[in-house]
Amino acid sequence: MFDVCVIGAGVVGSAVARLLSHQHLSVVLVDAAPDVGAGTSKANTAILHTGFDATPGSVDAGLVARGYELLRRYAPTVGIAVEETGAVLVAWTDEQAEALPALVAKAHTNGYDAAALVDAGEVRAREPHLGGGVVAGMVVPGEHIIDPWSTPIAFAREAIANGATWRPGCRVAGFEFGDAKTVVTFERGDPIETRFVVNAAGLFSDVVHELAGGSGFTVRPRRGELIVFDKLARGLLHGTVLPVPTSTTKGVLVAPTVFGNVMVGPTADDIGDKAATGSTRAGIDALVAHARRILPALADEEVTAVYAGLRAATEHSDYQLVHHPDRRYVCLGGIRSTGLTASMALAEEALRRLVECGLTMSPKEDDEIVPIRMTNLGEVEPRPYQQPGNTGIVCHCERVTRDEIAVACTVVPAATDLDGVRRRTRAIAGRCQGFACLAEVCTIAAAATSTTPESWLHG
Amino acid sequence: MIAEEAVDVVVVGGGPAGLSVATELRRRGAGKVVVVEREATAGGVPRHTDHLGFGVRDLRRVMSGPRYAATLVRRAERAGVDIRTATTVTRWVGGRTLALASRDGTSVVAARAVVLATGVRERPRSARLVPGDRPAGVYTTAAIQQLVQRGIRPGTRAVIVGAEHVSFSAVLTLRHAGCSVAAMVTPLPRHQTYWPLRIATATRYRVKVLTGVDVAAIHGRPRVERVELTNGTTIECDTVVFTGDWIPDHELARGAGATIDGSHGGPLVDGAARTDRTGVFAVGNLVHPAETADVCALHGRHAAPAVMEWLAVDEWPSRRLRILTNAPIVWVSPAWIDPLIATPRDRFVLRVDRFVESRTMRARQDGRELWHGTVLGGSLVPNRSISIAAHWTADVDPDGGDVVLSVEP
Repeated sequence: MFDVCVIGAGVVGSAVARLLSHQHLSVVLVDAAPDVGAGTSKANTAILHTGFDATPGSVDAGLVARGYELLRRYAPTVGIAVEETGAVLVAWTDEQAEALPALVAKAHTNGYDAAALVDAGEVRAREPHLGGGVVAGMVVPGEHIIDPWSTPIAFAREAIANGATWRPGCRVAGFEFGDAKTVVTFERGDPIETRFVVNAAGLFSDVVHELAGGSGFTVRPRRGELIVFDKLARGLLHGTVLPVPTSTTKGVLVAPTVFGNVMVGPTADDIGDKAATGSTRAGIDALVAHARRILPALADEEVTAVYAGLRAATEHSDYQLVHHPDRRYVCLGGIRSTGLTASMALAEEALRRLVECGLTMSPKEDDEIVPIRMTNLGEVEPRPYQQPGNTGIVCHCERVTRDEIAVACTVVPAATDLDGVRRRTRAIAGRCQGFACLAEVCTIAAAATSTTPESWLHG
Repeated sequence: MIAEEAVDVVVVGGGPAGLSVATELRRRGAGKVVVVEREATAGGVPRHTDHLGFGVRDLRRVMSGPRYAATLVRRAERAGVDIRTATTVTRWVGGRTLALASRDGTSVVAARAVVLATGVRERPRSARLVPGDRPAGVYTTAAIQQLVQRGIRPGTRAVIVGAEHVSFSAVLTLRHAGCSVAAMVTPLPRHQTYWPLRIATATRYRVKVLTGVDVAAIHGRPRVERVELTNGTTIECDTVVFTGDWIPDHELARGAGATIDGSHGGPLVDGAARTDRTGVFAVGNLVHPAETADVCALHGRHAAPAVMEWLAVDEWPSRRLRILTNAPIVWVSPAWIDPLIATPRDRFVLRVDRFVESRTMRARQDGRELWHGTVLGGSLVPNRSISIAAHWTADVDPDGGDVVLSVEP
């Protein structure tokens, strides 16, 4: 029997499992997918937000601000690439410029004091490649960009290194709540007996919540499409360029990535279908138009990748955080696009609520906690290909070495498909999309796992 | 501080163009010539193109791609070229100084001349902005060639995007691997290969070419299930191969600050393969995306005397005449003229973007006709290599305006 079963190995669930693994507790992390971070956590804007624009006093506001501090400090200690590029919020019309003072005031109310108004000249000095029509701006120096792929994997790896059990491919079918234990049943595979349950099921947090007897929110996925431009565009941008938000959306931003690209997005389409993770003609065309308006020189650069992700939006504006002491159940539902930033704070929140549900915490000593180290995927810190004695570059666009691919396929939680390899190494994620290395990557993955290249190729 | 190695010439890229320029440089007496090749084996794209037809123009023999690649490597080694495989140029450190990465870590090499021979790639699905799911089973021709060469079957039923030569080559590769071809699609009104190849694939493999239509979206998860076309129809398949639509691998050319030909993405060069960065040359498909391997090899060979001259006299042209093109010509290479310098194979190569009946072209300078004539073989078909004579560049007024190349009605 486990002390805690965490449902959902996205960035939030993995963060919860990690924090629980620092206690003398037996923890199991389960996910419907075969891999960590393979759902809504894998396609986001990869920004570590200060939370300057959160609704003051909301649940989100506090968690984003706290999560920002926690992840900013944690990331470098385990090798997750993070860069403090700062952001400038750009007003393109007089009307937008008039909204800026209120945004500065809001940032200050949220405890973020570094936000400041700047005039058009200062905006241009900072981002000289911006398109015409800049009226004014607001700088947010503390905005960071982060490696969004390594973050959930690092959390899960640390949890596993500290004793947590990883059970992929387990979709929850139901719960049997007893007096002292809960039986979690799955569509396939053996049930799990646990004392406590944490629901961090992302897009399916409402489904799991209902199975646990809860109600009160429905996930209505908001699709966000993103396009990633070639690394040759990186020099066009100093930091993140944000639009002035409207009542319905934060709008389309242009941001550098820690991998050295430029990303444009996201779109925001409320859709009913939790499986509609495809990109659309209209979405791509709209993003290309935004890109050309905001940073006209992007029109001359190739697009490296197009992603679409679903945010776990609900009918409510806030996160849906509830707990039921009688069932020893904690729900972290409706975690939208700020989930990456808030993840570590949400983990603290989960533990606080577990205690309220009756779980006794028993912290490990610092020297009892096994540290982990991720391979840096960012462009600022050194990467394996630069080290003497490396195993040679296989993916040339992204400069990924042979060993990195083999490690991605073997170190738990290991990649189970090429997408998992891509998120762990950047292999095949570059401008040629496998033109030069696809066959070799499949061959290396197969050799490392004693499987066939076809099993990797065919998904 | 990393020790800096000094050499005479660094050639970046060990494909047909790079190996050929390096070999010819050594034969002409150049000192230390280093070819930097990022792959574990030099030879370039032909290593994976396992069919006959290589070496015709440069070696006057017919051989398979892998044999041709091995032959070029052997000839370079015999000539005393230092081929460094599994070595990547990561960036420019100075005007002709490059940072390298290999299994030994990073290093720096300073050359008196740099020849870029970094080649081309096919534009992948994402760069073509094709929407839909992101399933397994979406490839480029080069990827399936490498898979099939290793005995890995790419899929069972494919849609091929494009109908140029390389697209038909993809058909042969897939059929060889036991993968059927549901259809080829091209937004153009006709296929763009030569009729014998078209007829062979039509009769032998019954490949259907759908013209005037493009891929609208790809659906399926985790594997491709179907392709949606712009005419509203769908095709069931588990494999999609994006072919051709070449992009030069121009990262280092851009990094050097060389002026880029916006219509194909490669650096502008003159007949001697000189870019507008002093001491930096560019050869092969980087400057004409994409010609056959032997044409690239001859381009490399042609550039060697100019590199030797640069090493000897240290002079670089400051002003050159540009050849501008009128529609439907999209680009011409080389696009700079130096009246004193012959172009590779005494030709210009060019591309058009639509089917044209006429085969006559005209070159003018400041309203004066320099030349008119017919294209050398073939007709004006998009995505197909077109050549014209270049002897007339001797008549160009070096102090005159740009030369304009157009198709006569």
